[in-house]
Amino acid sequence: MRWWLRILVLLLLGFIAMPAIVACIVAFDARSILNFPPQAWSTRWFERALSYPDFRDGAWNSLLVMLSASVIATLLGAGAALTLEKLEFRGKRTLEALVMAPLVVPHFVVGLGFLTLFAQSGLPRGLPLLVLCHVVLVLPFVVRSVWISLKSLDGRLEDAALSLGAPPGRVLRQVTLPLLLPGLAGGWLFAAILSFTEFSASLFVSTQRTQTLPVAMYNYVREYADPSIAALSAIWIVTTMLLILAADRWLGLSRVLGTEVPGGR
Amino acid sequence: MAVEALRLDGVTRRFGAVTALHGASLVVAPGEFVTLLGPSGCGKTTLLNLVAGFQTPDEGEIFLGGESVTRVPVWKRDIGMVFQSYALFPHMSVAENVAYGLRARGIGKAEAMDRVAEALRMVRLSGLEDRRPRQLSGGQQQRAALARALVIRPRILLLDEPFSALDRALRGGLQVEVREIQRAAGVATLFVTHDQHEALAMSDRIAVMCGGRIHQAGTPEEVYAHPADRFVAGFVGDATVLRGRLRGLMGTTAGIEVGQAVLEADATPLRGLSQGAPVDAFLRPETLSPGGPALLSGEVRSVVFQGGHVDVHLDCAEAAGGRAMARLAPMLASGLAAGRVLELAGPSCCAAFPAEEPA
Repeated sequence: MRWWLRILVLLLLGFIAMPAIVACIVAFDARSILNFPPQAWSTRWFERALSYPDFRDGAWNSLLVMLSASVIATLLGAGAALTLEKLEFRGKRTLEALVMAPLVVPHFVVGLGFLTLFAQSGLPRGLPLLVLCHVVLVLPFVVRSVWISLKSLDGRLEDAALSLGAPPGRVLRQVTLPLLLPGLAGGWLFAAILSFTEFSASLFVSTQRTQTLPVAMYNYVREYADPSIAALSAIWIVTTMLLILAADRWLGLSRVLGTEVPGGR
Repeated sequence: MAVEALRLDGVTRRFGAVTALHGASLVVAPGEFVTLLGPSGCGKTTLLNLVAGFQTPDEGEIFLGGESVTRVPVWKRDIGMVFQSYALFPHMSVAENVAYGLRARGIGKAEAMDRVAEALRMVRLSGLEDRRPRQLSGGQQQRAALARALVIRPRILLLDEPFSALDRALRGGLQVEVREIQRAAGVATLFVTHDQHEALAMSDRIAVMCGGRIHQAGTPEEVYAHPADRFVAGFVGDATVLRGRLRGLMGTTAGIEVGQAVLEADATPLRGLSQGAPVDAFLRPETLSPGGPALLSGEVRSVVFQGGHVDVHLDCAEAAGGRAMARLAPMLASGLAAGRVLELAGPSCCAAFPAEEPA
């Protein structure tokens, strides 16, 4: 590689990693005001971040919402992708547009819409509302992920199973779905990550009791400027990194994300 | 046992305004190997998909073993199909692939294992039971697909261009092997290809198709030596086409004047033509040989060595398109080079059809 290209790549990588690195360093600052670079070192902000009740509740809420929303969205998205790929029907284009719409509608609009709807109809604004909202937001990513796997699936495999005497339901269970597994797993992973980090729509539809971790963090920095937010960020980054490494080690991340080169190995 | 493994009665299939298959009728006898041969878009794949049940005919009836299956879905037809891409299930082992059709039929584990082992022995894949399809060579994949299709003892075996994904060098051997396996299994077979050599080498009978119609169905020898129309004559095997005139019809034989010579041809395609009408005489290039009396002559343009024979291309005024080709034994062609004038003697009979354009 040419030397200037090498430097360009290093600069780019540094630029991408810089915010995370700064946050991690600041987390160890002993002072109670966010500042860079730190003058004295301490781990007391980690203790605070882990014991602060809003963060603990928020993390629990985020985890619940993430798990429910990603599983529901994966099931719905897989169904939608299969329907769009396999069946010909009137209004197919409309359904396609509808499923993909959240990609162009800003998250805060979705949040505002749900908030208005629930407030008007008097329905309780609990965790189910957050789950519903997240499902709508992450659905397009699941549909796309599964749809792409479906498109790269050789339709002759299903034909072969039919010709061997398997009725369509059995073909779906034994051939189509097992071969779609990487796409489903990738879609689920996208959905989970997006749901866990979602902020602007959650800000609208959550209450003090149901606030997610990103919303709790936002509320915290409005009142305090100490590095416990940075400590939380550091924990977040390390946890995510460990999870991704684990996924790569045991599941094969490239397979889950569908980036494996076909025919490779 | 039914006398017919497969029968198609006037089967028509349309896609919107396009008719992919026009009233096709065909019979395959038990154990018979029948090939659908034609260029791409001729309707051969549509016909195969109709027999398999992936498509439904707009008109006509399809019978398997004497029973109408026109409205029966694919999975109840008892067919065995080998796909162009083989379509082996990538997430299953070779043995699981072969067992798939038996499992779908609810056959017990012990019997299924015996039958899978037997099928794999028949296609010489014993010992590779636990491999994944991607760990097999192209030829092995094809044999695994064949075992998977045969193990269910289908009423008919459907082969969709199964050799087209293989190296040319592999094909010859595999063609012989597939034919031997098919004969041993005694299963009626419908084979789709666009390769005339494959069709001639493998088939009991060939159905030559073009434009959604079956132009001729007959043994390879019949189709090659007595083509029913000019499409068949031009598509199966090579031909040198000479312009001639109809001298007269006598019973089933027609006399064709080509230059000074008179050739005999089958009269059927020429009925209704008046004496002196322009006709095209189709000659197989291997029936031409150097010497006299000269049927045609011309300047040699190129000499193409093919191993067992030599193709000599010449400019020839009598030939349609101005070009003729003779297929000679290498001994007879020695010393021939571009620029030499060559005289060729021909056979006493040929296939003749009404001329396409005025001579």
